[in-house]
Amino acid sequence: MIAELAELGFNGLAYGIVLFFMACGLSITMGLMGFANLAHGATAMLGGYVLVVAMRDLGLPFLASLPAAFAVAAIAGALFEMTICRRLHAAGELDQVLLTIGVVFMAIASATFGFGAGQQAIVMPGYLTGRVAFGPIEVSAYRLFLLALGAAITIGLVTALERSRLGVRIRAAVDNRAMTTACGIDVGRLFTVVFALGSGLGGLGGALSVNLVGLDPSFPLKYLVFIMIVVTVGGFGSMTGTLVAALLLGLADVACKYFLPEAGAFAIFAVTAVVLYWRPQGLFGRLA
Amino acid sequence: MTAVLATRDLRRSFGALEVTAGVDLALLPGARHALIGPNGAGKSTLINLLTGALRPSAGRVVLAGQDVTDLPVAARVARGLSRTFQINTLFPRLTPLEAVLVAVCRRTGALARPLRRLAGCTAEIDEAHDLVARFGLEAVCDRPTGELAYGQQRLLEIALALAARPRVLLLDEPAAGVPARESAILMSAIAGLPRDVAVLFIEHDMELVFRFAERITVLVAGRILREGTPDEIAGDPEVRRVYLGEDDE
Amino acid sequence: MTLAISMAEPRSRIAARGRWRWPETVFWLALAACYVIFPGHLQLLAQVMIAGLFALSLDLLLGFCGIASMGHAAFFGIGAYAAARLALAGWSEPLTGLVFAGAVAGLCGFACSFLIGRLRSIALLMVTMAIGLLLHEAANRLTWLTGGDDGLSGYDVAPVLGLFRFDLYGRTAFLYCLGVGFLVFLALRRFVHSPFGLGLEALRENERRVPALGIAVQRQVAVVFTLSAVVAGIAGGLLAQVTQSVALEVLSFERSAGVLIMLVLGGAGHLYGALIGAAVFIVARDVLSGLDPVYWYFWLGLILAAVVLIGRGGLLGLARRLPGRFR
Ligand SMILES: Nc1ncnc2c1ncn2[C@@H]1O[C@H](COP(=O)(O)OP(=O)(O)O)[C@@H](O)[C@H]1O
Ligand SMILES: [Mg+2]
Repeated sequence: MIAELAELGFNGLAYGIVLFFMACGLSITMGLMGFANLAHGATAMLGGYVLVVAMRDLGLPFLASLPAAFAVAAIAGALFEMTICRRLHAAGELDQVLLTIGVVFMAIASATFGFGAGQQAIVMPGYLTGRVAFGPIEVSAYRLFLLALGAAITIGLVTALERSRLGVRIRAAVDNRAMTTACGIDVGRLFTVVFALGSGLGGLGGALSVNLVGLDPSFPLKYLVFIMIVVTVGGFGSMTGTLVAALLLGLADVACKYFLPEAGAFAIFAVTAVVLYWRPQGLFGRLA
Repeated sequence: MTAVLATRDLRRSFGALEVTAGVDLALLPGARHALIGPNGAGKSTLINLLTGALRPSAGRVVLAGQDVTDLPVAARVARGLSRTFQINTLFPRLTPLEAVLVAVCRRTGALARPLRRLAGCTAEIDEAHDLVARFGLEAVCDRPTGELAYGQQRLLEIALALAARPRVLLLDEPAAGVPARESAILMSAIAGLPRDVAVLFIEHDMELVFRFAERITVLVAGRILREGTPDEIAGDPEVRRVYLGEDDE
Repeated sequence: MTLAISMAEPRSRIAARGRWRWPETVFWLALAACYVIFPGHLQLLAQVMIAGLFALSLDLLLGFCGIASMGHAAFFGIGAYAAARLALAGWSEPLTGLVFAGAVAGLCGFACSFLIGRLRSIALLMVTMAIGLLLHEAANRLTWLTGGDDGLSGYDVAPVLGLFRFDLYGRTAFLYCLGVGFLVFLALRRFVHSPFGLGLEALRENERRVPALGIAVQRQVAVVFTLSAVVAGIAGGLLAQVTQSVALEVLSFERSAGVLIMLVLGGAGHLYGALIGAAVFIVARDVLSGLDPVYWYFWLGLILAAVVLIGRGGLLGLARRLPGRFR
């Protein structure tokens, strides 16, 4: 029983980490520019398909395919930002939402065209397929890998955000955009960089989730909801909030599926509604 | 006479900063009361506390003998407390006539009846039109508010507040940035307000303050420094040092 | 001449806001004439009316109050299931069925309005989306009530007014939808031209200023959200009666997104924009998914992007801007 619970918790955290990757870029762009980008899930899907192509068609190893997924998604994000998003910064969030939903629909159709409607299969390297035992507790190697990678990247991200020049600028711009602009920082360009990085992380999250939740063209819509829940519940622009919300959601989802299989995602949506009723600005968000 | 609007030890903090630090203010019926003080003294915050846009950390607000501290903004307006905003907050795509009409219809109760037709509200439409005309906005009254000149928008702010027929009117820097022509209309409109309306206005132009105010409260760093007649305030050395002195030297 | 002078007077112009104008007569006559002009497409035209009604319900929220909903299919679906369940329970009279569908959806809308009234912008979009998904998920699970994936079917719908039997060609279906649509439209038209409707426009323009006029925003939101849900429920009920079946798809996100697209495509805030957008959308879907159903999504996305990037204000907005260009 204890071992089972421990594994449940472990699986939940691993799922939460993947959600965190998919959501954190969106959280920053929303905090920075208030840009409601629902196409973030499509970026994640792009990362997933890049991984599939790299491993299956190009024969690249798994660990080399991950950076490729990151890079392609980041480039796509940068192009998207420079050509389209930019025109919509001044527009209301409804326009942004509509346009990015449009992108999601086009991405779904394109993925169906390119890869068919079915699930994508990849062959994972041997060292990530087995199970690892810690005393009585036995967990899947891949999830252990996810947790380790997640911890490393999260620590890296937080340190970068705290220490690096870019990080300082980002935090300043999230905090007070007008003031940061007045200090001579080109927030527009900063935003492109952040958008690209966020898309890259989203792509990485998508790539990592292929072996966890599968990949098919409906991915952007299916996970859009979870990504949005993480971002809204965590509070826009809050890295800690996003992480906490993602881990909570991951745990809750796994626990729901295990203990209340008949409720499905119902419990999660209900909890989200309650949280937002109680704190409309999210758990870690600030009141505008 | 009992005050129509009064506060008791009103307090409000933003984080560690106590912006309103124990204010006791009393506004008599028909008052012409100026609230002055340096920028950042907490004047706008005080108005926000009075209207209910902000909740106080402590203290009470009493309107016409009734404790309204826990009432929302709309309920206080319905009880006769109207305000204007320091920064224009209007309805860009509505015309001035439409905007004032909404406020008038709220007061007469027409707004609560979704089955009534706008065309049938002739009394309300006439009243809204008169009010708009009183502020010299007749010529622009069916243009979208967003296209109006800044000074005209300032006038509309006051017309909107008056449409509720308030007992107490709070004006947050009504004349700031208003060009001369509109400023004259504005001043005569304020001077022509019904005598039973109590007016509390924030103003930086001392000439205007001394022309209109019958009482003046000086707010500094969230506290009332002095309160008195214009003569008392003008002669007060402390006020001169803290506040008026900035202008003189 | 006297008419011209009185029209120029702002007071009469406000009073004339709700006056019936001749292009409206033309519009509705043209719709009715479709019965004769396109006798082979009456089922599709009935779908247009249903979608139009659904889009109208969203226009009330988005166009008049500025409340965007990404999960409006929730109320459409509730209405559809309510009508179907009522018919399955043996009550096959269609008009009372619609009343029932509208009432059930309205109750749910009223309950939701308390959450909706507290939320703004992105959080609002997210929560409405979550409500939509919540219902979709719930309907998927509660098979005893909704039939789950299989949906509900196998019920009878009695002739409209006891006279007009539903036929294979959709003659009754079209006229029934047109009639109901017209009546609901008239009611909504009256509603938005009431003082209350003007107050809603104030809410749309600047919701933070509205309380300072003495208007309780929560009450406005409760009224309009409930009404919008009622209309969406009636639209859903119509679909359930006309097609004599309900599928899980009535609650899908695609339907919520679709109705937003119709509205934005036609132009929000005019009532007619909703109807025009719905017509264009439904016909486009019929044609494009006829070409290749798999890629309908692609066209859908493209239409969305085009509307946002090029066509501000939708088709009606475009039509209004055109005369200005040639001046
Ligand atoms: N929402 C807020 N959050 C934090 N500080 C605020 C807020 N509103 C006002 N303040 C601070 O309170 C002080 C008083 O502001 P305000 O009432 O606008 O002053 P005044 O109107 O007298 O110029 C200022 O220092 C201002 O920065
Ligand atoms: Mg101020």
